[in-house]
Amino acid sequence: MASKTQAKHELLALYEDPEGAADAVGRLRDAGFDDTAVEVLSSTPYPEGAFGERHTKHRLFAFPFAGAACGLAIGITWTVGAQITLPIITGGKPVVALPAIIQIIYEGTLLGAVLFTVLGVLFESRLPDGVGLYDDRISDGYVGVSVLARERRVADAQIALEEAKPVDVLSREGSLMQVSGTT
Amino acid sequence: MQEPVIADNKTANRELLDFVFSWPKWFFLVGGALNGLIVAGFLVVVVMLWFGLQFLGYSHPVYWGFLIVNFVFWIGVSHAGIMVSAILRLTQAEWRRPVTRAAEVLTIFSLLTAVQFPLIHSGRPWRTMYWTFPYDWNRGAWPNPRSPLVWDPSAIFTYLTSTILFVYVALIPDLALARDRAPNPISRAIYGVLAMGFRGSTRQWRIQAIAGILLSAIILPIFVSVHSIVSWDFAVTSVPGWHNTIFAPYFVIGAVHSGVSAVVTVMIVMRYAFGLKRYITRDHIDSLARLLIVVATVWLFFFMLDLFFGLYGTEPAEVDTWQRRLIEPPWIVLAIIFIFTAYLIPVPMWMFRSVRRNFFLMFVTTILVNIGMWIERYMVVVPALERKSGLTFTYGDYAPSLSEIILVIASFGLVILGFLTFAKLLPIMPAADIKEGQILADRIKVGRANVPAAMRE
Repeated sequence: MASKTQAKHELLALYEDPEGAADAVGRLRDAGFDDTAVEVLSSTPYPEGAFGERHTKHRLFAFPFAGAACGLAIGITWTVGAQITLPIITGGKPVVALPAIIQIIYEGTLLGAVLFTVLGVLFESRLPDGVGLYDDRISDGYVGVSVLARERRVADAQIALEEAKPVDVLSREGSLMQVSGTT
Repeated sequence: MQEPVIADNKTANRELLDFVFSWPKWFFLVGGALNGLIVAGFLVVVVMLWFGLQFLGYSHPVYWGFLIVNFVFWIGVSHAGIMVSAILRLTQAEWRRPVTRAAEVLTIFSLLTAVQFPLIHSGRPWRTMYWTFPYDWNRGAWPNPRSPLVWDPSAIFTYLTSTILFVYVALIPDLALARDRAPNPISRAIYGVLAMGFRGSTRQWRIQAIAGILLSAIILPIFVSVHSIVSWDFAVTSVPGWHNTIFAPYFVIGAVHSGVSAVVTVMIVMRYAFGLKRYITRDHIDSLARLLIVVATVWLFFFMLDLFFGLYGTEPAEVDTWQRRLIEPPWIVLAIIFIFTAYLIPVPMWMFRSVRRNFFLMFVTTILVNIGMWIERYMVVVPALERKSGLTFTYGDYAPSLSEIILVIASFGLVILGFLTFAKLLPIMPAADIKEGQILADRIKVGRANVPAAMRE
């Protein structure tokens, strides 16, 4: 169990433009904050690297292959199993007739790939997420920079965020800029 | 293409969510009228269940009439969404941005409507589960997976599930936007649950972009398979006029032709009905019309192949079917209407830039295409069954009944109401995608010209 001194606090700073957010990310990095502790939030997808963030590592490409393999296995099991369980002999043709069942195996494979891809999207996007700090102004075009800091480093994080001239800095308790009067 | 949409974030949010958060009177009027059509169709189905399929006018030898025609037609229209959306996403066409969501939603409701018709046509819809579900239902008999009765549901179920998930994944950022802009706590809570806490982190956007490409790549083969399998409902039979190897690609390209036309029609209606003039421009309609010229011409090529395959074999039954389809009255009238509305009127008109950029003319010509394509399906299905075959002593002309016509009209009501309801509850324009287009848009100077350009990752 984490001790009280190790508890992490989240701060969210809002910037009017991407340059401000990129500046804040740079300052947080200079202040010693790890890239995994910093997130940039926006209502619009910006090109990768626009905020100076590192390349996003993910395993999304593995999910469709795993899903396709599962779908293929289920498709084969059902179609072949159904024919073997109840063999219908038609005109001396084989009981397991591949040309007549390949459609279902094909659909099963692709359905598995789609289902696993969607699960992969949710997993890799870290959704559902109901705990992150957020502000509605982000959907109006402001860019948010969120940082997770240990209690002893919250002040350092706030200084780094404020040096990049944010519109507001928020914590769970509310706006920090109104409290400190540094607008 | 093209001039990017220019609107600041707040304006874009307001305009794109305007219809979601407002209640215009016309919505209730149109919704009420559409519900009336659906109730009429529902009543016809109830009476049909009581009296049997003969109530719809089916008798030997024509058992496949308007219901199956409508099934094929709506499956065809449903191909628009994925074709347009997936291909444009994969090719990163800049003009895709306002088009994709509407096309995908049209796919969902067309498919949902299409699946009603084989169920109704079964005469006893509740029994279809015995034929299709992979379970023996205590009868000691599994459904036969070699039957097209199992192929069709598996393909359509896969396509419908994939499309719904595809739309949902792309919708998550816009659900988050709706959550942030919702005017009351209840809507905010509902959109919040649907958005699953999406915050728009760089990681989430990156995954969104990759997911769009991945899902597009997976769904494209599904889209091709669905109409191929629908075509095999016909082609695997021994009915002259249907037993043709060209049917799968012919059906798929025909579906794309009618589907993309339907997307154009819907977008023009959306432009005016939802106040999206800034987002659906002449450039978009122009681009879709150029695509349609190619699609329509490929479709004509396959139609001619189907005809030549039928005639060159000199099989009397095949030749007889084609003679009935194209020459004998009353089919000759339908054949003329079909070929003029599906190709000879619209395509030469689309050659002119002034037509491609004219909303009214594009609306009319794309409606014409779908009239033609509906008739095309009718001409595929009915004449082949009407033909007098060997050892058949009862044969005759098939005439559509009023009940069938009501069901066709009700199906249009169902698709339009579904689309309208979606647009009322959820953003019909991909707001994040449109805003991304603005970020990436730029103008570059080439010589003395100042032209629009787009940066791409």
